[in-house]
Amino acid sequence: MRRRRPLSLQSVARASVPYLLVAPVVVVIGAILGYPLYRLVALSFQTYGLPELIQRKGEWIGIDNYRSVLGDSVFWDVLVRTIVFTVANVALTMVLGTLIALLLVQLSAPVRVLLTAGLVLVWAMPAVVAVQVWLWMTNFQNGVLNHVLTELHVGDYFQHDWYASPFSQLAMVTLLIVWAAIPFVTVTVYAGLSQVPRELIEAAQIDGASPLRVFRDVTLPTLKPILLILTSLSIIWDFGVFAQPYLLIGASHVDASNYLMGVYIYIEGYAHSDYGRGAAISLLMLLMVAALSVPYVRRMVRMEDTP
Amino acid sequence: MSSVSAAPHRSRSRRRGRRWAWDLLGIALFVVMVFPVFWMISTAFKPDDEINGLTPTWISTAPTLDHFRDAINRPYFWDTVQNTLIIVLVSVAASIALAFVAAVALAKYRFTGRKVFIVLMIGILMLPPAGLIIPIYVVLARYGLTNTLTGVILTYLTFTLPFAVWTLRGFILGIPKELEEAAMVDGSSRLGAFVRILLPLVAPGLVATSVFAFITAWNEYIFASVILTDQANHTTTVWLSYFLGTSRNVDWGALMAASTLTAIPVIVFFLLVQRRIAFGLTSGAVRG
Repeated sequence: MRRRRPLSLQSVARASVPYLLVAPVVVVIGAILGYPLYRLVALSFQTYGLPELIQRKGEWIGIDNYRSVLGDSVFWDVLVRTIVFTVANVALTMVLGTLIALLLVQLSAPVRVLLTAGLVLVWAMPAVVAVQVWLWMTNFQNGVLNHVLTELHVGDYFQHDWYASPFSQLAMVTLLIVWAAIPFVTVTVYAGLSQVPRELIEAAQIDGASPLRVFRDVTLPTLKPILLILTSLSIIWDFGVFAQPYLLIGASHVDASNYLMGVYIYIEGYAHSDYGRGAAISLLMLLMVAALSVPYVRRMVRMEDTP
Repeated sequence: MSSVSAAPHRSRSRRRGRRWAWDLLGIALFVVMVFPVFWMISTAFKPDDEINGLTPTWISTAPTLDHFRDAINRPYFWDTVQNTLIIVLVSVAASIALAFVAAVALAKYRFTGRKVFIVLMIGILMLPPAGLIIPIYVVLARYGLTNTLTGVILTYLTFTLPFAVWTLRGFILGIPKELEEAAMVDGSSRLGAFVRILLPLVAPGLVATSVFAFITAWNEYIFASVILTDQANHTTTVWLSYFLGTSRNVDWGALMAASTLTAIPVIVFFLLVQRRIAFGLTSGAVRG
């Protein structure tokens, strides 16, 4: 048998090699993610609470969960709040991160090394740790933020409570997220700046172009792909953020007035053991993030094809 | 003539003057960005009366290790360190082993379905964990895996595995094809060439990917807090999130000492691999 058809068997074997190599990953991902995602869709059409979790069987109720979620003004408030929050955070992160990258170019070598080292240190801080430090710095009794603002005569911040209103709470979360996200943007944009052709900049300067003009017409077009990717990533990450708002605002203070989408699902779905309705919200959120991810994934795959 | 020679000199000194201003701005930014990290460490070493005074001291005049002693003697600290290490090491080791073979397939073979596989890997990395907690919790509960380290390990594979596939693929692509071909001309089999040539060259990539996956898993919060209900089963991040408790008088010194201890392994590892890994998510857009 083998002697009669050596070529075809061999070629079949050779063609199946890559499939055998990726098979383990496909099987594992299918089991730990594919199956839960399938269950997520099923759950979203069921009544599923603690009793059902114990009996391992939910009751089919059609689209009632979706009707309940979409008819709830809290859902729409949370959606709008999350979008506004995401836009603010991404805009601040991208603008500040890019400006600091442009500043790095202007610095003398020792200061550049110092600032870069500082940024990498901030980048390395775990989110949950950063939240604890923020709680301590913004604590109303003796937080250093109130002290510094009062000393600098910004105003009287003696025992100012930064967590008194939903807007102020989310502003603190924004401060934390932007602080933590700037290093990634700055370091990546700075790496991209080294690709801007120096001859082009010099030619433009000799032609008498203003620095702003040089930035707009020479630097920006080269940076464009990097800025687009960073913006996509920031949108996806900030839209789905959880640990920072949940822990900074505090488990006992998160409610309908300050929910972001991730916290909303955690409280209304998981903490209240309303898994069916929570699944409907989760599915809506995942679909939104999937839509947001399309430009990023397409870009990554296209670059993958032209190495 | 004199005006021509004076012009560049003047502009150079003006540029030097401007550089001074930029440098000052750079140093100010450094101070603002690093301050929270500094404040965490500085507070961890301060005696209580300096922490609770109304006027803060920047660096303690009488530094103490009491808060660190207090933090590590809190209930469950060592349990959570052990839990975290088990979860992170197992999920990273399993991810690297499975992902490496898949990454070889992606880097070395063209096959139907390759693109779908790549889209899937990147797409999964973009999924927000908050959207996955409910289905994962319900499925784990069905198989009796809630409140177990196994449940967390399986869940962590959902992000460490695609991450490792994507990053290792990049490292393998970075190896010159000629090296591998040269070995094959020498009469080695494909597998022989692979083991003798590819593996040593890709070893730094394997280390960097493992370390970075280690950091992501160590920092993870939401899955661990959903799956693990018993305090003795918590991971370090969950333990830290409960540290404040509900009492009115918060022990900030111990909290900052605990925070410092949680951050140290991450910071050390991150500094080691940042250069190698940082551009994985933007690869292609940034070359060099």
